[in-house]
Amino acid sequence: MVAYIFRRLGILSVILFGSSFILYNLAAISGDPLEALRTSTDPNAKQQILALTRTLQLDVPPPLRYFLWLKGILAGFTGHIDFGKTRDAQLVTSVISTAIPTTIRLVFLATITAIVLGITIGIVTALRQYSRFDYAMTFVSFLMFSLPIFWVAVLLKEFLAIQFNNFLANPQIPVTWIIGLSVASGVIWSAIISGDRKRVWQIFGVVALGTAALLTLLSLTSWFAKPGLGPIVVFGISIGIAYGVTQLSTGLQNKAALRSAQAMAVIALVLYYPNQWLFDHHANWLLILAQLAATIGIAFVVGLKFAKIDRGPTIRTAAIAGFMIGIITLLDRFMQTWNPYMSTDAVNFRPIPTTGQVNPLLEPGNFWFTTLDILVHMILPTIALTLISFAGYIRYSRGTLLEVLNQDYIRTARAKGLNERTVIMRHAFRNTMIPLTTIMVVDFAGLIGGAIITERVFGWIGMGTLFNKAINSFDLNLLMAVFFITASLSVIANLVADLLYSALDPRIRAGKG
Amino acid sequence: MAKKNTSAVETTTQDGGENAIFNKETEGLSQGQIVLRRFVRHRGAMTSLFIIVGLILFVFSALDQKIGPFKIPGWWHYGTEDLPELRSEGCKEGLVGCPTFSLRPKFLGGAGFGLGEHPFGQDDIGRDYFALVMRGAQRSIMVMFVIGIIGGTLGTIIGAISGFYRGWIDAVLMRFTDFIITIPAIIIGSVVGYHFGNLGVGFLAFYLGLFAWTGLSRLVRGEFLTLREREFVDAARVAGASNRRIIFKHILPNAVGVIIVSVTLLMSGAILLETALSYLGFGVVAPDVSLGLLISQYQDSFTTRPWLFWYPGLFIITIALSINFIGDGLRDAFDPRQRRRITKKDRESAKTVKKAGA
Repeated sequence: MVAYIFRRLGILSVILFGSSFILYNLAAISGDPLEALRTSTDPNAKQQILALTRTLQLDVPPPLRYFLWLKGILAGFTGHIDFGKTRDAQLVTSVISTAIPTTIRLVFLATITAIVLGITIGIVTALRQYSRFDYAMTFVSFLMFSLPIFWVAVLLKEFLAIQFNNFLANPQIPVTWIIGLSVASGVIWSAIISGDRKRVWQIFGVVALGTAALLTLLSLTSWFAKPGLGPIVVFGISIGIAYGVTQLSTGLQNKAALRSAQAMAVIALVLYYPNQWLFDHHANWLLILAQLAATIGIAFVVGLKFAKIDRGPTIRTAAIAGFMIGIITLLDRFMQTWNPYMSTDAVNFRPIPTTGQVNPLLEPGNFWFTTLDILVHMILPTIALTLISFAGYIRYSRGTLLEVLNQDYIRTARAKGLNERTVIMRHAFRNTMIPLTTIMVVDFAGLIGGAIITERVFGWIGMGTLFNKAINSFDLNLLMAVFFITASLSVIANLVADLLYSALDPRIRAGKG
Repeated sequence: MAKKNTSAVETTTQDGGENAIFNKETEGLSQGQIVLRRFVRHRGAMTSLFIIVGLILFVFSALDQKIGPFKIPGWWHYGTEDLPELRSEGCKEGLVGCPTFSLRPKFLGGAGFGLGEHPFGQDDIGRDYFALVMRGAQRSIMVMFVIGIIGGTLGTIIGAISGFYRGWIDAVLMRFTDFIITIPAIIIGSVVGYHFGNLGVGFLAFYLGLFAWTGLSRLVRGEFLTLREREFVDAARVAGASNRRIIFKHILPNAVGVIIVSVTLLMSGAILLETALSYLGFGVVAPDVSLGLLISQYQDSFTTRPWLFWYPGLFIITIALSINFIGDGLRDAFDPRQRRRITKKDRESAKTVKKAGA
């Protein structure tokens, strides 16, 4: 195994060496970085040319200059990696190190959302194969495959940002919208749950009426201008989470798991006001992390308390439920920040921005304001990226689960009398996740290279923007740095995916055949 | 024949019954006929096929085509170079060049059904937007097919060779594939653009095709690796067939499903790649027209003149969506395990066959 990994790493470094050498020379002959200066009438032009030649070592011919560059990269083994300097005589390392967090912020949440949403929908469509919901989702996923992201982005800017901001000035939902949304959600839920005709109509009626009532309430109380959940609603949602998580994780018949998940909801209710006090007076990321750790710790204790045998699943259920309840509590806190944030001069009641990654006018200092500011700037790019990338996960997880459900071991599991939940969650879902995991690894690596177009449309300065800028201004060192990082990540991710596959699936062995 | 039918449906379990229905349907048909039947039955794919064929005919016959010294006149009365006057009648206050396309009949307060002078409106300098969109769609469709053909051919050849011969040939070719994957096509585009100027959309499609084969070649290699171990290949070799004959006559026809499906997906990806590159300024450049370029030029005018934004986007989506659906239909058609839904009618007809046989 170790020998296999080393052999692969050796091959990878040869490939990286070859492609970076060729790319360096290609990029070097693709343009003249001094062109603008040569034709300039600036009296200092000559000096500038000399200075630039010196910093970028332009007097060395490209094939040799490549080795100077490579020397800087190889110095990475001693801890002092050197990507050279950009045209503006900045260190490439520092430019890149500000861009990478931006890119990660942009793509990380979108990928997580796409994966969770895509796999969920994919599994539901596979379980309801050939239903109307299945056909509708097939169409939706193909539509998403066919959308150019810059086109989606413009639509989102218009309808989700500009018009939603207009709506917030007077947050009354029109009656036609209430009717439309209620009917739509009724149709979607009745299609997902399905059953005989009577049951479908029942579900449709309940969901549509519920949605209509909720929307009317939200509209009458101007909830969108002053959102918030409050302890009671948080508790209600928490109980719902407790049931949902238990059902998926162990099944509701496991009383210990259900009790411990419910206990997490009660603890969250008891701690609601202490948490608010902490949020108000000691808000920073350390606090959030400490709370996360505390949640896991409490879940552990609660799980041990309720479970007499088989403690692992109970603790797991309590921990997952606790984590999700924590997210709801945080969400509630952000909702409380919404109205004060909107009223600041920098935002001026138009909270959803169309471009940029932060609001430069916002005064720093308030943790909740700055964090919410980052979050609202992420809304549109995240939705755009999620929309175009989750279709792939729907198709893939649907196909894999259908394949798995045809296997003999599923029939065996059903034949020995396991209930459907156990068959799906324990036997089918786990095996579906094997190929999906490897795809996710490769996807994550590919994302660091950036979403060039998304960054450009939404005015973010991440890796994609740097790449674009480097090509347009013939900035060789910058270009090579972006290339080197993305290419290394993608080849390493492929290796990790192969190893992961063989670790997850004992039938496949890496390094053999 | 009748006897075979009855024996096939005599099994009483539901599974056996379904098998019988499928077996009966495919009886006496060649592999190609089965695939064709399954494809024709796929409603989405057939609709998409009609749409894409119709769209290609519509788009390519709209404008004048120059083939060498010959010129085939198009049916649309404007070209992309014509500069008619910007018209403002019928537009909202302060707007010029709005679309004249109308579906609302006169008695509902509309302008009546008709295309009008400029159905998609006019651009900034008055060029007919319908003509521009048609030209852009021609470019996109052409790029799509060129990338599909070049990428498909290269991927199949490289994958087939490395999967069939294995050993060092396989190692070299697959490392070469890894190598190509790491090189961004944009760089090549900018190098070419710098040295040779804008070589036009045909060349763009050509070099994008040279970089688009990598995924396909891996798939084909995998397929060849499994197929070459099968008995029919051994049989062919014992019978004295040459490597070339085994590759082309025995293995390739069995791998053609995988190839066709991934080439269609490659094509739908290609159309988005071209629009994305043109949007960034590395693909088709003005004065040539492409759908991505049109959107990129007019994305800021969405609030004031939305038609400049809607129409090119709708064409991109229609083309890509149809190709995706055709690919899906082909995948279902080529997949031997794929089963369509058994309808009540199928069960009824199976029962009547059984009764008739008894």
